Amino acid sequence: MTPTLRRRVFLVAAAVAGGLLLWGLTGLPDYGVYPGPYGDVLNAVAVDERKATNVVAAVTFDYRGVDTMGEEYILFAAVVGVAIVLRAQRGETEQLPDEDAADRRAPGTSNAVRVLGLALLGPVVLFGIYVVAHGHLSPGGGFQGGVVLATGALLVYLSGEYVTLRRVRPVALIDLAEGSGAAGYVAIGLLGLAAGATFLENVLPLGQPGALLSAGTMPLINLAVGVEVAAGFVLLLSEFLEQTLVLRRPGEVT
Amino acid sequence: MIYLPYLVAAWLFLVGLYGIVTSRNLVHAVTCLSVVQSSTYILLLAVGFERGGTAPIFLDVPVGTKAVDPVVGALTLTDIVVGATVSALLLALAVQIFKHHGTLDPERFRSRDD
Amino acid sequence: MVLEVAVFLLVAAGGTAVVLTRDPLNQAIVASFYGLVLGIMFLVFQAPDVALSQITVGAVALPLMIVLALAKVRALAGSGKDDRE
Repeated sequence: MTPTLRRRVFLVAAAVAGGLLLWGLTGLPDYGVYPGPYGDVLNAVAVDERKATNVVAAVTFDYRGVDTMGEEYILFAAVVGVAIVLRAQRGETEQLPDEDAADRRAPGTSNAVRVLGLALLGPVVLFGIYVVAHGHLSPGGGFQGGVVLATGALLVYLSGEYVTLRRVRPVALIDLAEGSGAAGYVAIGLLGLAAGATFLENVLPLGQPGALLSAGTMPLINLAVGVEVAAGFVLLLSEFLEQTLVLRRPGEVT
Repeated sequence: MIYLPYLVAAWLFLVGLYGIVTSRNLVHAVTCLSVVQSSTYILLLAVGFERGGTAPIFLDVPVGTKAVDPVVGALTLTDIVVGATVSALLLALAVQIFKHHGTLDPERFRSRDD
Repeated sequence: MVLEVAVFLLVAAGGTAVVLTRDPLNQAIVASFYGLVLGIMFLVFQAPDVALSQITVGAVALPLMIVLALAKVRALAGSGKDDRE
């Protein structure tokens, strides 16, 4: 099928699909008028029931906690998949960048970038920890805070220190962090079972709304998810960077 | 005007699919897939929006002020992070395809003729 | 009201621009801008959690991974691996 023919067939199919989509979407309730009961019910009772002021986080980690566990495992599986797909194939040799550097005149990063990157590292990591810890109080949570923490590693790479970082980076620690974050979620769920209630039920003391230690198991789940997302993204970053900096020269792959 | 977010969601969906179908580069196709995913986020949040409502965070507003639906926000925010990770997996597969076939153009690898 | 209409049209234009940019390296920059505009739209939708998630992921993490994948492909192409047909 030639590209032009494929484009024409797709345009016909898209016209039909677009017509059906528009027909269906204009049958929805008007934009701006929210009819359904769940949102109003949740907004009315969530703060009293769970003592958490961020109702979105209460829905994510408490009312629909099992769904979030599934999503976290999709993330875990994708990171493991990247590590497997980009592993050293049979026949590839690993060439350290130091051997290449002798005959390459690559310019180093400028001092301004290096200073700015390293100076921003502390505030970014602190902000990430803040977002993870206050997930049940204000907008944030484990997912957002984990990504912010992972950008700390990105800052180290951008300021040109990656080769040094690779020598001292504890690879085993990152793997352990990701595994324990993923397992921690299930462990908190089993805590509910051990206390005599259902899986993932909020069994720790709930506290007062607005306090940092409130909403029962929600800060713990935020911590586990934050650790797992941060470690996952740092692993992704390092897998792709390994590919770039450590030139794997493919051998005679048949 | 009342249909505008639904129109935008449908348009982005079809435009992203067009990009995937007519793509000449696998990395370009992965980015178009992320555009398709973003159209679903727009549809979800448009369904839950209530005009005049504020964010469903009751830290400094009293409980009972009109707020938008929190359930669709919960669905969307995990979806965004997980979607990016799946895109990373697709990019890793694209890198492996380049290693074996020498090209990122989907028109140019049909069968391995070794 | 005007803000909402303007943001929706900007999002639609941004998405079209991402698809119509064929070169993947340019597309990563356009995708980063599109992620930022999408985050602003989520703020107009009164969903700050979702906006925070979108800005960190769509404007930073995803273009980063695209650029790293392209750098790896360029490094492989330049290290003597021929174009196998």
